[in-house]
Amino acid sequence: MGGGVRFLLVEDNAELAASVAARLGLEGHGVDRVGTLAEAEEFLRAATYDLILLDIMLPDGDGRDFLARHRRAERQTPVIVMTARSAVSDRVDALDTGADDYITKPFDFAELEARCRAVLRRKGGLVQTLRRYADLSFDPLSATVAFAGESRDLRSREVRLLELFLNAPGRILSKEHLCDRLFSFSEPVSDNAIEVYVGRLRKKLTGSQARIETVRGLGYRLTDS
Amino acid sequence: MIAPGGFSLRRRLVGQLLALAAVLALVLSLAVRIGAERASQATLDAVLGSAALGLAEEMRAEEGGMVIDMQPATFSMLAAMGEERIFYRVDVGTLTVTGYSDLPLPARLPRALAPVFYTVPFRDADIRVAAVSRSLRVEGRATPVLVLLGQTREGQEAIAARLGWQAAALGLAVFLAAIPLALLVARSLTRPIDQLAEAVGRRGPRDLRPVRHPAPRELAPFVTALNSFIGRLRGTLSQTETFIAEAAHHIRTPLAVMRNEAELALRQSTEEGTRARLRGLIRSADDAARSAGQLLDHATVLYRADQADWARLDLAGMVRAVALRLAPAAEMKDMDLVLDSPGVLTCEGDAVLIEAALRNIIDNAIKYSPPDSVVEVTARATGAMAVVIVADRGRGLGGAAPERLLRRFRRGDNVGDVTGSGLGLTIVEQAASAMGGTFRLRAREGGGACAEFCLPLV
Repeated sequence: MGGGVRFLLVEDNAELAASVAARLGLEGHGVDRVGTLAEAEEFLRAATYDLILLDIMLPDGDGRDFLARHRRAERQTPVIVMTARSAVSDRVDALDTGADDYITKPFDFAELEARCRAVLRRKGGLVQTLRRYADLSFDPLSATVAFAGESRDLRSREVRLLELFLNAPGRILSKEHLCDRLFSFSEPVSDNAIEVYVGRLRKKLTGSQARIETVRGLGYRLTDS
Repeated sequence: MIAPGGFSLRRRLVGQLLALAAVLALVLSLAVRIGAERASQATLDAVLGSAALGLAEEMRAEEGGMVIDMQPATFSMLAAMGEERIFYRVDVGTLTVTGYSDLPLPARLPRALAPVFYTVPFRDADIRVAAVSRSLRVEGRATPVLVLLGQTREGQEAIAARLGWQAAALGLAVFLAAIPLALLVARSLTRPIDQLAEAVGRRGPRDLRPVRHPAPRELAPFVTALNSFIGRLRGTLSQTETFIAEAAHHIRTPLAVMRNEAELALRQSTEEGTRARLRGLIRSADDAARSAGQLLDHATVLYRADQADWARLDLAGMVRAVALRLAPAAEMKDMDLVLDSPGVLTCEGDAVLIEAALRNIIDNAIKYSPPDSVVEVTARATGAMAVVIVADRGRGLGGAAPERLLRRFRRGDNVGDVTGSGLGLTIVEQAASAMGGTFRLRAREGGGACAEFCLPLV
């Protein structure tokens, strides 16, 4: 998502909340963490958020009731429900009560990011996520990169790859590190898969001052020539 | 369903009522017949007795003997009773003075003018005899006189036979009248049972409220037992639902923590050995979560299929919604989910079952397809069916027979490197057949698989 998104995480399991918040923090997002619906209401009155991550089963009530109140109050903040209950019946309910999306625990962090991105893109205009590097201006939400007065569309993995490089410009990123972030752990990945995607991104960036260098035996790094 | 050896209460009741009616009719006809015979006997006896008395009174003693002045009226009275033969005997002292001397005497001699009646066989017929005695002064001495007057009983027997027939006819009439009555009584007695059965049978499959239908007091124990059974069933079912939800929660939450922590550790670790172990850990967590999820989904699908709680819904709309939900999963693999599901396809079914089926089909297509490929999702009406086709360019069925892949825990031979439980397609198949639809899987021309989920259109 390009970092800088403000999350309100409503989750009563302290360990899960801590680890999700840590992950989001690592990506450069701001996270406020609450364990009850009452706290969530309080935080929402005091601050604005770009996205709410909502657990369904909370100690002081059902997340779906919160959602219903949220919609009645016509608050625009998009909500992604995190459900741990039996997927089938909960999903239908959550969508009926106005969640923008849901994700079933446990989730792949990349999937959570992809869903957040999709929701923010649909809701549009609330978040400014434009990122600049060298002559690049990159919008992860609309999946476009622009330079020299020309805009190019990126595919999902290219977006995530470019995000990884932009989060650590000039640093060497190992192939393994990139693989872990780009592919799901349950899908088969060949050794040269990452080279394919780096190759594609390089092609999209042809003509810009930003370059992806191969550091033999170590990995890749983004440089400004 | 009636258990073997079950009998009909109504038939049994009718049978018993008719048996009772037959006994009553028999007793009635016997009583009528005996009463009638007695009455006719009494009438005949009265006539016979008065005739015998008349005869006795007409005797008088005269010089040198006795005179019986037989009045025609006496005998005409008897003749009025029918064509009977008449016998008489008059004894004075120990001597028979006139009539049949072999006419049997009564067992007990009559006293004064009160006649004694008896029936004896005489000359090939039963005759009824009235015996009267009086005393006459003959030659200054009181001499006992015994007068016997007998009459054959043919007329009386004919009357008795006629009365007997009439009594039998009466009995039969009573019995015949009892038949519709017995049927009516049996029906009105068993009607509350029928009404109760109908009230219970009319309920929807999800209606587990206690039975409140008015029932006769004798059926109260049955209704109570039924209600306690319904109560237990309701408890079990709601426990099942709660259990599925709770089990999912308690398995998934720790798995989520474990997976997140492992991912965090993977982010922060630079040691390749550790990283490889963490990847294995994440894969196992995914595996466990997926299997648990599919098992619980499967239980939910079986449970809901039993409930058969169908509603009208738009299959095309549901296909759009599910495809939209799964689009990010496809996008992550740089895959395109091409959706062609216009308009409205009205089907009857359970939204949860359909959602589970569609999600499993599309999820499968995404999971087994290579990056950058296209999954096509089409929903349209074909004849009387709404058909959802999901076609991918994945690894296909690997030569396996499609029906083999629909079996529980059965996976293709070509999917060893992808996490899966082998329940997904079983769920789809069961959901489809529960709602009167079909599910087919076939290899696609040019590579890949093609799944076809059909539901009848309303």
